[in-house]
Amino acid sequence: MENLIGLLVVAPLLGAAVLLCGGRRLDRGGPWIGTLFAAASLAIAAVLFAGLLGRDADDRTLDATAFSWVPVGGFRADVGFHLDQLSMTFVLLITGVGTLIHLYSVGYMAHDERRRRFFGYLNLFLAAMLLLVVADNYLLLYVGWEGVGLASYLLIGFWQHKPSAATAAKKAFIVNRVGDMGLSIAIMLMFTTFGTFAFGPVLERATEAGEGKLTAVGLMLLLAACGKSAQVPLQSWLGDAMEGPTPVSALIHAATMVTAGVYLITRSGAIFNAAPDAQTAVVTVGAVTLLFGAIVGCAKDDIKKALAGSTMSQIGYMILAAGLGPIGYVFAIMHLVTHGFFKAGLFLGAGSVMHGMNDEVDMRRYGGLRKYMPVTFVTFGLGYLAIIGFPGLSGFFSKDKIIEAAFAKGGTEGWILGGAALLGAAITAYYMTRVMLLTFFGEKRWQPDERGELPHPHESPRTMTIPMIVLAVGSVFAGGLFSINDVFLKWLEPVTGHAEGHSPVSALTVTAATMVVLVIGVAIAWAQYGRRPVPVTAPRGSLLTRAARRDLLQDDFNHVVLVRGGEHLTRSLVYVDHSLVDGVVNGTAASVGGLSGRMRKLQNGYARSYAVSMFGGAAVLIAATLLMRAV
Amino acid sequence: MNPVNYLYLAALLFTIGAAGVLIRRNAIVIFMCVELMLNACNLAFVTFSRLHGNLDGQIIAFFTMVVAAAEVVVGLAIIVTIFRSRHSASVDDAGLLKL
Amino acid sequence: MNASSPVVSSLAASAASTTSTGEAVQFWILAVVAVLGALGAVFMRQAVHSALSLAGTMIVLAVFYLANGAYFLGVVQIVVYTGAIMMLFLFVVMLVGVTAADSLKETIKGQRWLAALCVLGFGTLLMAGIANASLKEWNGIGRANAGGNVEGLAALLFTKYVFAFEITGALLITAAVGAMVLTHRERTERAATQRELAERRIREGKQITPLPAPGVYARHNAVDIPGLLPDGTTSDLTVSPTLRARGQVRDVSGEALDDLAALEQRSGDWQERGRSEDAGAKGAGK
Repeated sequence: MENLIGLLVVAPLLGAAVLLCGGRRLDRGGPWIGTLFAAASLAIAAVLFAGLLGRDADDRTLDATAFSWVPVGGFRADVGFHLDQLSMTFVLLITGVGTLIHLYSVGYMAHDERRRRFFGYLNLFLAAMLLLVVADNYLLLYVGWEGVGLASYLLIGFWQHKPSAATAAKKAFIVNRVGDMGLSIAIMLMFTTFGTFAFGPVLERATEAGEGKLTAVGLMLLLAACGKSAQVPLQSWLGDAMEGPTPVSALIHAATMVTAGVYLITRSGAIFNAAPDAQTAVVTVGAVTLLFGAIVGCAKDDIKKALAGSTMSQIGYMILAAGLGPIGYVFAIMHLVTHGFFKAGLFLGAGSVMHGMNDEVDMRRYGGLRKYMPVTFVTFGLGYLAIIGFPGLSGFFSKDKIIEAAFAKGGTEGWILGGAALLGAAITAYYMTRVMLLTFFGEKRWQPDERGELPHPHESPRTMTIPMIVLAVGSVFAGGLFSINDVFLKWLEPVTGHAEGHSPVSALTVTAATMVVLVIGVAIAWAQYGRRPVPVTAPRGSLLTRAARRDLLQDDFNHVVLVRGGEHLTRSLVYVDHSLVDGVVNGTAASVGGLSGRMRKLQNGYARSYAVSMFGGAAVLIAATLLMRAV
Repeated sequence: MNPVNYLYLAALLFTIGAAGVLIRRNAIVIFMCVELMLNACNLAFVTFSRLHGNLDGQIIAFFTMVVAAAEVVVGLAIIVTIFRSRHSASVDDAGLLKL
Repeated sequence: MNASSPVVSSLAASAASTTSTGEAVQFWILAVVAVLGALGAVFMRQAVHSALSLAGTMIVLAVFYLANGAYFLGVVQIVVYTGAIMMLFLFVVMLVGVTAADSLKETIKGQRWLAALCVLGFGTLLMAGIANASLKEWNGIGRANAGGNVEGLAALLFTKYVFAFEITGALLITAAVGAMVLTHRERTERAATQRELAERRIREGKQITPLPAPGVYARHNAVDIPGLLPDGTTSDLTVSPTLRARGQVRDVSGEALDDLAALEQRSGDWQERGRSEDAGAKGAGK
């Protein structure tokens, strides 16, 4: 049973190796080979899940050590796996959604010449992501962390002939490096504090370390999470990452990789629980990002970028929940899973729309597609209902719990967080309704593409619709299933722990308030985009709209603060280097040279001069001897 | 008279020899001055031998003479060789070490 | 060495116990000679003179060895040093000849001052060291020499110092071979023929003809007399550069010119007489 965990990671890795090393012979069958390996890891995950379910609730962990990785003296790092309920949840999500998206990609990438490589990268991503979640120590987690970063880079820049894609890939990679730096510093801090990186000892002994140190570790972990999960202030890469193929956006930049930050914080819960300041930072980041992403999502006309803003916002919810501590961990993960379903479904739907519209991404040029793409419309619509929290669907259960937990934080903080979450829910309803209306309703605003052809929208092939249908089913029922008898809560509780918060407002009130803001959001969107015709070119819009279109000026901010600042810093460092460092070095050299120039006169080549110095030395020796005797 | 006077004489001769080494330029003369210094040492050894009442000092002086003889043979050969190639016996002319 | 003249043995007898007045007198006289010889060796301009002064000092030292009961060394000093080594020096001096090195003019800046400072400091410190030792009492050499100085030395040399002695032998052989290697010059090229030498002389163009001979007018034909040029001045080419460097050139040009002038005077006188008679006759004629 334990051995299967390793296999879980090895299967997609093997797939990646086969596909990337196989050469052109595999060009034709590549997509199906990749899908097969993904399905294999899904099957292994299912076996493991069944195995875990067969055990008692307190005994649902599997540990396996594959081999000793770095045994140096007292230092020891193993390649070891730890599978518990939390990892299992992730494994199922990753392999499940991953396999579906592999399947979807078979159709979506059917006409791409380099699809074998694409599936190789996808398999590589699966392997890295699985390694990330089943690692039993932070160092191995770091390997997976970097691995998904690499896969993300490769896939965002997959269409490398487009400069924008190459740039976006670089941007994602560089911004992620900042976060990775945080993770590596956190790991080093852990090692100096606890002498190990293994989850078990570190988390058990977390309370033994000083709070200051834990806060530092927590903040560094938060930085890592911000980088990977596109949270403020490291959020700028996610919008540009939409340059990648749509299945990539669905798998990596919606369902799985970007949630790695949430996993990291939940996994390190023991550290955050003991460092309230770090937790405050986490909830702040979460709350700010959930509003930030939502506002950006409202202004974007590019369907994928609108969804990217939404992703940012939804992960903000998860981070917020994870920052709340034991009252929120379970709901963070639950929202993560339901979000994995509906957001992946939404992205796949968007991909399907683009597929039918000659790769047009501007929603203002869609309109009235519901008749032409019925399956896409229905699945996308179900995802839409799920994300806005329509009663009975997944999002309703998971998001509602987070808003409740935010209020339950208590005090002013609770009110602020709860208010932000509620406001976020309203904006979510608004921008998702906008996407829905612009795409599927209203009149046709189709524009001819660069070849002058009007698009001929059509339903996508079976390989694409089946994953969408499956995900739509998940979007509808997952939340409800999880909430029956608190199944999900009980499943995760042994790992993350759970505490009931004492909300100042009753659960019913929160639900009612959520419903009210939902209706308000939808109504505003309907008023703006449903009742009157939508212009094909975007109006200039208010200051906020324009700012939001530019991702709330995040790139400008980065440019002014980081790039310019970096340039100035570099220039001043260069100046210091030239004047001070070179001055010291050259000065030393010059003084040595000058001294040598004078000293070399002693070396005049005359044997008699040398004899004089020798003789003088002899005289000094005699003097010294006499002095010693005298003393 | 105290035989220590011989030691003073030896010291004086040694110093004079050293001065010669330092101020003369003719390699042969310098060599002679070196011989003078060696002889001064020998005188000191012989005197020490007398002061101590044993013959070891004389033995050392004997060895010094032998070594000096060997040194003169080689040294003069070197001087002759240098003179042949450079047509000078001046130690200042043999200045290949000079920068 | 079957020791010693009666003087030597008497000196030895006195040295064995205490210093006799005779030795003291001998010391003070000979010490002055030794120091003068040493100073002469250092400050004589010519290497030959230096060598001779040094030989004198070494003979004095030999006497001192004898006075100190080192009979063997005294004789060896005379035979080996004064006899062999100093002669070797003289040979080399002759071989090398006279060069600019003989000049006592200092060429290195500050060398003389530094040397004086070092030497003075060194000498003072050495004297101070000896004075500091304050050797008021001493053992005479008498007992050590009781079985004969040479026998005593031999006994030590072939027992206690036998290895050093053997090694010294090796050193001497090495030195002899070394000297041969250093001075021996293998002729690597064919000796130049007369014709080649003549051609080279023409090519270099410095002195095509053979060097002019020294001496003038068959009156002075010694090698140290430079020949005279038509204008009566001397030619450096006619004497050996060594003699010139040593300043041993005898310039007789003035002498010759004076002689010439005197001759002319005399012949003039003769002619004057005749002329005056002539003149008188002419004058009378006028």
